Amino acid sequence: MKTVLLLGATSDIGQALADKYAKEGYTVWLAGRNTNHMQDIAADLKIRHEVAVEYYKFEALDYVSHQKFYTDLPGIPDITVCIFGYLGDQEKAESAWDECQNILDTNYKAAVSILNIVASSYEERSVGTIVGISSVAGDRGRQSNYFYGSAKAGFTAYLAGLRNRLFKHNVHVLTVKPGFVDTKMTEHLELPAPLTAQPSKVAGAIFKAVKKRKNTIYVLGIWWLIMTIIKSIPEPIFKRLKL
Amino acid sequence: MDRKIKNWGNYPEIISNVKSFDTSGMVEELFKEEKHWIARGMGRCYGDASLGENVLSTLKYNKVTFFDTQSGIIECQAGFTLDEVLQLAVPKGWFLPVTPGTKFVSLGGAVASDIHGKNHHKEGSFSRHTLSIKVLCGDGKIYNCSKTENADLFEATCGGMGLTGVILSVRFQLRKISTSYITQKQIKAANLDELLILFEKYKEYTYSVAWVDCLARGKHFGRSILMLGEHAEMNDLKGAKAKAPLKVHSEAGLNIPFNFPSFVLNKYSIKLFNFAYYHKNFKKVQESTTHYDGFFYPLDNIKNWNRMYGKPGFLQYQFVLPLNQVEGMKLIMNKIAEKKQGSFLSVLKVFGPQNDLISFPEEGYTLALDFPMTGSLLKFLDELDQIVQDCGGRIYLTKDARMNKEFFHKSYPRLEEFIDIVNKYNPNTEFRSVQSERLSITR
Repeated sequence: MKTVLLLGATSDIGQALADKYAKEGYTVWLAGRNTNHMQDIAADLKIRHEVAVEYYKFEALDYVSHQKFYTDLPGIPDITVCIFGYLGDQEKAESAWDECQNILDTNYKAAVSILNIVASSYEERSVGTIVGISSVAGDRGRQSNYFYGSAKAGFTAYLAGLRNRLFKHNVHVLTVKPGFVDTKMTEHLELPAPLTAQPSKVAGAIFKAVKKRKNTIYVLGIWWLIMTIIKSIPEPIFKRLKL
Repeated sequence: MDRKIKNWGNYPEIISNVKSFDTSGMVEELFKEEKHWIARGMGRCYGDASLGENVLSTLKYNKVTFFDTQSGIIECQAGFTLDEVLQLAVPKGWFLPVTPGTKFVSLGGAVASDIHGKNHHKEGSFSRHTLSIKVLCGDGKIYNCSKTENADLFEATCGGMGLTGVILSVRFQLRKISTSYITQKQIKAANLDELLILFEKYKEYTYSVAWVDCLARGKHFGRSILMLGEHAEMNDLKGAKAKAPLKVHSEAGLNIPFNFPSFVLNKYSIKLFNFAYYHKNFKKVQESTTHYDGFFYPLDNIKNWNRMYGKPGFLQYQFVLPLNQVEGMKLIMNKIAEKKQGSFLSVLKVFGPQNDLISFPEEGYTLALDFPMTGSLLKFLDELDQIVQDCGGRIYLTKDARMNKEFFHKSYPRLEEFIDIVNKYNPNTEFRSVQSERLSITR
């Protein structure tokens, strides 16, 4: 049976992906910080979908532990999805380096650190799929969330480079830009309903895009249009906007 | 984030700070932010029971953590719904021990309302089948409670409308079934007296409920259709049904996409509906084998059916009267027919014995009706309350959005005991809803 590794499995998108892949009969490996939470998620998946589920403690910010984490897995997963992220508080991060660093480290450095390891193992075996959950916020820096946005921009560029490097080794790299998603991370924000996807919708879109070996997807088509417009606004005008 | 919320009756609507959680640790963190909370699941209670200043949504706390397919014991987190229980359990030959008229109810809500169903006269309410509950109380501790462990908390949590704490998970006993079908018998009763005789005559049936035409007067007063059911056995099934004996329900078909204008449901359209509904059964007795979805959840097939009542919403009025108060029942039904304040789904059922701390059911007759929200409705319902009170009956908190506190305090005789238990477990953070404040249950 095929195996999927979910890094950041307790996030809403992580849980939705776990559900989707379990439903499709995959063996699911959950990775995250909160083992009690993963235990509940694993029990649920086993009962509802009757598949094999394991969970492993994973500390995204503890870079040196990544190699051991990956080597200790019972095998090489067919698909690795990097979901974890930290939205943070833009305003706070403007003056507090701790907050700023946390945003940059979680969304960029930690993802690069673990995916470097996964990429090498896939390259060696010439098989595998890497999925990175990036963000539309990385498409253009805006005053309202440019720390998160710039980290995700870096992550998007990293995934593009990785795709380029691994293409000839038959390894598939998918970049996902979900747009607004109705999750714990965004609960305090007022999101416009037509632009907001449910985590299950994101999971379904990712599952399909992996099957079709897509390069980059926006979960809701409208986001491609919005970001195309936002990207095309000339900088002299853009810098005057309140976005 | 502050947002507008309302429950199934679309009345009342309030602005709330809604937070969701998917670990109990997150709830403990939220307790530090605000002092007053009320948990909310699917929002299927009709009135203001799960509305409050700060609302804890259980919908993301929705995992099934234990299911023994041999014994039929299952444990789920509070946000898991009856719909999901059925999807999981039916193919394995298990069914809900008690179910209300909709499957879109969370388990936390099922416990907090101590839901009852068509089998109440034989099998009691949900609490009778509940093995244990985990509750996170305002003292910051998670209690496991059952009929033997922290029994006071268990009793106060079943039917306690979420006021004892946040119900985290529920372990309960499912019912064994051989098929997912129901052998159904429908009997027409020409009037109320005949209906009550039929209820008595067929009390051995597991499931019984009657639809009553509350607008019919004179010799048709109380005309009704009694619906009886038993879980079908394999040899009751033929053809396609026999090939898939444990078929699960499918998704809802119709959707009401927006609020209907208020004039759609008026005394004429409701009268017409009732007339047609009664006369659709040509024969006095009609028997059939039907899927559980159609038998238990006829309205679930129409998504958002509450929008038929338009923007002002509606009130559901459900009361119970002791068995010896048939005259009181007639008085109330007469008033409704007179007022033409009819409801196109009036449901009558006989409850069996139950004498719990705060749960609604008690031995007697219960009638549930929907009334479109109008200017004169509140006053009219106050009049009905008076009759219910005079008869020694009471009103179901899950449906209530308007009863006055004096009536409530008189009709739930063990209320003080309940409040003492609530206070014992909640010295710091308190659970309160618009309803609990309106009824002076919480300070």
